[in-house]
Amino acid sequence: MNARRSQLLWFWLFTGPALLGFICFSLWPMLYSLWLSLCQDDVVTPSRFIGLRNYIYLFFYDPAFWQSVKVTLIFTVVQVPLAVGGALAMALMLNEKVRGLGFWRSVYFLPSILPQAAFAVVFGFIFQADGGLLNELLSLGGIKGLAWTTSPEWALPVLIAMSLWAFGYPMVIFLGGLQSVPRELYEASRMDGAGAWARLRHITLPLISPVIFFNLVMGVIGSLKVFDLAYAFSVAQGPNIQPGGPARSTLFYGLNLYQQAFGYFHMGLASAMAWLLFAFIVLITVFNFRFSRRWVHYEN
Amino acid sequence: MYRRHPIATFCLYTALALGSLIMLVPLVWMVLTSLKTYPEILQNPPAWLPADPQWGNYQKVWEGFAYYRYFFNSCFVSGMVIAGTILTCCPAAYAFAFYEVKRKEVIFALLLSTLMLPAQVTVIPLFKVFATIGWVDTYLPLIVPSWLGGNVFGIFLLRQFFRTIPKSFIEAARMDGASEWTILWRLIVPMSVPAVLTVGVFTFLWSWNDLFNPLVYLQSEELATLPVGLLYFIARAEQLTGGSIGQSPWHLVMTLATVMVLPVIVLFAIVQRRFVEGVAASGVKG
Repeated sequence: MNARRSQLLWFWLFTGPALLGFICFSLWPMLYSLWLSLCQDDVVTPSRFIGLRNYIYLFFYDPAFWQSVKVTLIFTVVQVPLAVGGALAMALMLNEKVRGLGFWRSVYFLPSILPQAAFAVVFGFIFQADGGLLNELLSLGGIKGLAWTTSPEWALPVLIAMSLWAFGYPMVIFLGGLQSVPRELYEASRMDGAGAWARLRHITLPLISPVIFFNLVMGVIGSLKVFDLAYAFSVAQGPNIQPGGPARSTLFYGLNLYQQAFGYFHMGLASAMAWLLFAFIVLITVFNFRFSRRWVHYEN
Repeated sequence: MYRRHPIATFCLYTALALGSLIMLVPLVWMVLTSLKTYPEILQNPPAWLPADPQWGNYQKVWEGFAYYRYFFNSCFVSGMVIAGTILTCCPAAYAFAFYEVKRKEVIFALLLSTLMLPAQVTVIPLFKVFATIGWVDTYLPLIVPSWLGGNVFGIFLLRQFFRTIPKSFIEAARMDGASEWTILWRLIVPMSVPAVLTVGVFTFLWSWNDLFNPLVYLQSEELATLPVGLLYFIARAEQLTGGSIGQSPWHLVMTLATVMVLPVIVLFAIVQRRFVEGVAASGVKG
């Protein structure tokens, strides 16, 4: 009995800091943010309850909100399949018993762990109209380059392109998944005369479908939270380009939220945006894991 | 045993080599540019290699623009965050792994559910409170959460690893009269070095690379960490270097970016194998 008691004491001692942190930095702010989303709040004056007006404003009167939804949606639809597909292709190559696996894996993983702010600045330089590496290379081929970073049509594609360097996490998770596919299945299918494509289509892909699925969901959630990359990219373009510019063409949802909260101090409005984001993340997480049972092959 | 066709092998290695070239071009270009002079970066066609490597660029930004201050600020914040994470995540993970307590799993699931909670939701209430108690424009908002088990993913990762340690080890240590605190730090943690290292590296990357939180909470320029410092520099570059309007001193900007990226590359070179395997094993994005 005494041992049980002391174990309970140690349990609360050991988990105490984390539980206190959970209450102070997650649970309480979450509920307070829900309340704030129903208020008008500019940090300086006391907040005032205004019901659902923040949400109504966002949905019906705020063009910036819909612009940021559009930018984020385009990014998600284009970038996530490309990044996950690229990661899968790389993992398939690396799974082919290559020499120097550790070296290749590290090289392909490296861009994923670099600070996105620095990465965005470097790419901002590479895509410069004058003196940028890309335009210099194009001019060697006799092609006249564009002002990529300051053109509203091209800024978002450039951001998508640079984000494709960072596929290390899904790649490594795919590699783990591929290594758990039983070798005997491949041997057996070779006996039956199956080609490489048939093996990929009928053995590899079905068996790693949970991993594909996991990476897609993580990719979508990640793209909803893009901030550092877009913010640093805009700043690197000098004082003429506002964050989210040019002409709001890179106004990601997270960037728009930051501007509303810490640029204009519309704390209530920004909280409403944050809750819409949170609700959406919970929704796709729950919905997708339900949905996944139908088409994803699980081992048991 | 099946053997690959030689042509397939050739294609595979060519693709791998070309791909890694593309991966590394931005980094190489960053370093090369950081060693050029200003006229060299304007040159057309471009000078691929700097004619005379300007190592002085590094000294110039380090001392001339007080970049060492941002560097040491980043070191301080990351160091404190790593210390707090390890000191509070290990005990929590140990308790969740080994203690028989009612509703332990429910409490753990509750903690884990915060992984779904985006920082955008919590940052606004926290900013308001930190502003009220005078923590804005100090490092406390960046550091204190990590001292209260803020890295839930770390707790999860450590718990998974701790659970593979046989309980009989702990029983034996208890018989010998070791306290729970001693068992944790003298027995469990030394047996789990790869997991603790992985959590440490994740925490370092998260803290060192973070732009969002320092941008929200730090206002004074002398407190800035590297990502914010880099953007400050770009915003005021013309004035700092006396260049003409619209002509950013990209060679110096790339020097700053290199200083920020280099520690990450060095760390990765040291721990890459264990770290990448840790990522694969955890199956969770950092």
